[in-house]
Amino acid sequence: MFRKPLAGLRRGLSKTRDNVFGRVREVVTRRARLDASTLDEIEEILIASDMGVESAARVTDGVRKRLRGERFSQEDLAVVEEAIRDEVLAILVAEPTSAAERLRGSPHVIMVVGVNGTGKTTSVGKLAYIYQSLGKKVLLGAADTYRAAAIEQLAIWAERLGAEFVRQKHGADPAAVAFDAVQAAKSRACDVVLIDTAGRLHTKSNLMEELRKIRRAIQKVEPEAPHETILVLDANTGQNGLVQAREFFSTVQVSGLFLAKLDGTAKGGVVIAIRRALEIPVQFVGVGERLEDIEEFDAGSFAEALVTRPE
Amino acid sequence: MFEVLSQRLDGALRKMRNQVRITEENVGESMREVRRALLEADVQIQVARDFVERVREKALGHDVLRTLQPGQQLVKIVHEELVALLGGETAELQLGGGPPAVLLLVGLQGSGKTTLAAKVASSMRKRGRKTMLVAADVYRPAAIEQLQVLGAELEVPVFAQPDEKDVAAIVERGHAAARQELCNVLVVDTAGRLHVDDELMRELESVRRAVPPHETLLVLDAMTGQEALHVAQEFDRRIPLTGVALTKLDGDARGGAALSLRTVLGKPIKLVGVGEGLDDLEAFHPDRMAQRILGMGDVLTLVEKAQEVVDEEQAAELEKKVRRQALTLEDFLEQLQAVKRMGPLDKILGMVPGVDAKSLSQARERIDARQLDRVQGIVHSMTVAERRNPRLLDGSRRRRIARGSGTSVQEVNQLLSQFDQMKRMMKSMTGGSGGGSSRAARVATRKVAAGQGRRRYGSKRKRRRR
Repeated sequence: MFRKPLAGLRRGLSKTRDNVFGRVREVVTRRARLDASTLDEIEEILIASDMGVESAARVTDGVRKRLRGERFSQEDLAVVEEAIRDEVLAILVAEPTSAAERLRGSPHVIMVVGVNGTGKTTSVGKLAYIYQSLGKKVLLGAADTYRAAAIEQLAIWAERLGAEFVRQKHGADPAAVAFDAVQAAKSRACDVVLIDTAGRLHTKSNLMEELRKIRRAIQKVEPEAPHETILVLDANTGQNGLVQAREFFSTVQVSGLFLAKLDGTAKGGVVIAIRRALEIPVQFVGVGERLEDIEEFDAGSFAEALVTRPE
Repeated sequence: MFEVLSQRLDGALRKMRNQVRITEENVGESMREVRRALLEADVQIQVARDFVERVREKALGHDVLRTLQPGQQLVKIVHEELVALLGGETAELQLGGGPPAVLLLVGLQGSGKTTLAAKVASSMRKRGRKTMLVAADVYRPAAIEQLQVLGAELEVPVFAQPDEKDVAAIVERGHAAARQELCNVLVVDTAGRLHVDDELMRELESVRRAVPPHETLLVLDAMTGQEALHVAQEFDRRIPLTGVALTKLDGDARGGAALSLRTVLGKPIKLVGVGEGLDDLEAFHPDRMAQRILGMGDVLTLVEKAQEVVDEEQAAELEKKVRRQALTLEDFLEQLQAVKRMGPLDKILGMVPGVDAKSLSQARERIDARQLDRVQGIVHSMTVAERRNPRLLDGSRRRRIARGSGTSVQEVNQLLSQFDQMKRMMKSMTGGSGGGSSRAARVATRKVAAGQGRRRYGSKRKRRRR
């Protein structure tokens, strides 16, 4: 099973951690009792992570039930942290699966979707890196034929990785590219096909319809495919992330999330809201600009990193 | 997904319907709703809290206007406060300096800098200002090619040095080239970077030293969450910003970051990106943004668009005709054209309050814009006499019209029966009198005879009413 130490995630979230941790600590030290206004402050700190008003309310409510009326001193900080972490974990926890365990098709087809600028093309490169590290033969399909130079960008990743690459010219029908890619993967005996699609706002119905068409084209070659559909989400995204997930989910049955750009100060808390509302699990996180800056998501570490004291 | 704030406030305030004042006690729940609406719009939490406090103070002791429900009145106060905070007036780009005037675009990865650079270049070119683009993103694979492709499309020169890694040097040479070419405006597209990446922030500082910009805009994705303010503060600390460009506003993000940036950082929003086309660039309107943040739909824009296309006199005339039940197919055509002049149907629908992404896409499946064109074609293929008196339309005329408009007789029939239904509906709305309605009943009876069961119920009811 493919597992990497979570150093990158920790590094990525450390600023977040300082932030949330520092502020919870500040509140807990200043207040002597877990009363309504202390809880209000904790709730606000959680909202600042982008997890949304409802999720923050639920987490805070859990903390309140657990520690109602208790006096606490600074040593009890750990208890508050633990309560927050457990509540977050209760929302995020999913059947743990790894990228390797999810492989089932031959070729295994993964379609990568998302709104503009979330980092789809880079994330496709990173995913290719993960599967190659698992010893799989990977093919990249450049179905973003819309954005200027998107094909060239993916071509550079393919070359650096030594992965197979299928492209047509700029402006070509993306469904035709996807069709070609899956067919080429079969004839070249590839294990994994990654289909990069153009960024599109979830509100543009014609572009969402195009995604359905790409899906149908893939299914003409492989009826069971795509085996996975990954939505790339920018960690900086606020509450609109939930709307995005809902729309992409209902259009192309998103099976997992790739939380990109977690190396900044953003907390990516919107995945908590998404998990709560739609039960879509987070599967990967992007923590830097290099191809190897990718990790498989671990709910425990994410919840832990969100609230606990930095070592 | 998001409820319209005014509805929620109305719910919260229902209890105080009979009161004449907004008081400390009855305003509490409403303020929680306002706070929630702001947070769901990604307004930064501290900003939301301060804002609610200010509104509370302002609202307290306000007499409830007779004409407004308390919820609406509170929305009005919130709206006014928001507009005031968003900066009252529209801020323009200041690119009179130079030449060339230098516009530096900075921001996080994926915020839309390159697309915005092309949009600005396009709008400058249209205003007759000679423009040059500088490709200063030396990191992302194919970033330079992306700008070159866009530049070629716009016929705007792009300055690039693919083998040079010193970004300040590239911009400096680009500046010299622009001066030599007598360009008025130089737009510098930089690489996306994290505000906490010290090395890359230092690079921006050196660009700024090498070629002092007249405008430095932070390009910010409208979907950005709670971190937006922090990001902007950090950029501003390293390279003083003159304003913000908010991108991807054609989606359904509320764009609450705009409020945080304006109030805390004091930087105006100068540009707004509203689509993938290279002309989809707009100036920023604080009042519209306020409504958007509150989830009230872009009502003002909609009203304005409607006013642009509907002539008041025409509307009055139409109303008279409806009352006289003298509506003709010509009027029908005029209405159709008015709707079309307002712009693509989906854009119009998107501005209506309470229409979220889901209902929008559902509506879109039902509305086919080309359907309008076909209907127009059918009416155009009729003679004036036929338009005024559809009863003239016998089988042979209908066949002629279908041929002339490239449609089928069925489509012509369908349009006529729709028009007929519409007339009858209006009749019942305006409480029609006498002769006309007996004709309607005759038509209905004929349809029953033809076995159209669903209408039977309606016609029976109509007869009973008479």
